Amino acid sequence: MALTKADMTEQLYDELGFNKREAKELVEMFFEEIRTALEKGEQVKLSGFGNFELRDKSERPGRNPKTGEEIPITARRVVTFRPGQKLKARVDNYAGSK
Amino acid sequence: MTKSDLIEVLSEKQSLLNYRDVELAVKLILEQMSDSLSQGDRIEIRGFGSFTLHHRPPRVGRNPKSGESVQLDEKYVPHFKPGKELRDRVNDAAGYQQ
Repeated sequence: MALTKADMTEQLYDELGFNKREAKELVEMFFEEIRTALEKGEQVKLSGFGNFELRDKSERPGRNPKTGEEIPITARRVVTFRPGQKLKARVDNYAGSK
Repeated sequence: MTKSDLIEVLSEKQSLLNYRDVELAVKLILEQMSDSLSQGDRIEIRGFGSFTLHHRPPRVGRNPKSGESVQLDEKYVPHFKPGKELRDRVNDAAGYQQ
């Protein structure tokens, strides 16, 4: 089961006693503020979880996988996520019963 | 932006919750996200992105100091794939063409 915003809203309601509207708004704003910071070119560091970083990539040659035609992949800025030590350690313990 | 900056911004931008509540909420959201990943569950936030686990097969590594071979177990590492809205906003704000 994938975790969604609805699950997060539910948990704020259950565990912190927020009303549904407050909970929903806060979850929405949590992701929006992270997007806004990244849009402004700021990295976002959430200790214990991980860092969202920005990388500027220059143009490089690419190919349309269907037709084989060569088309350049344009220069762009991308978001990368580097998990923190604590998250890595927790995930590492997952035995993988998928 | 750090976790405490995020808490600060969120508590300024909305009037329903005080600083302490926002702080608890942010920590709870991140804890819930870490928890899901460490149980092998994915996280899906539309417009932001998704977090999944990537499998790393067992391999023989080397101790960089002694040069000795060490058997490394298989493991899982967190992976983030930015969603379309986040990708586009970051790239557009950086002044690149779509």
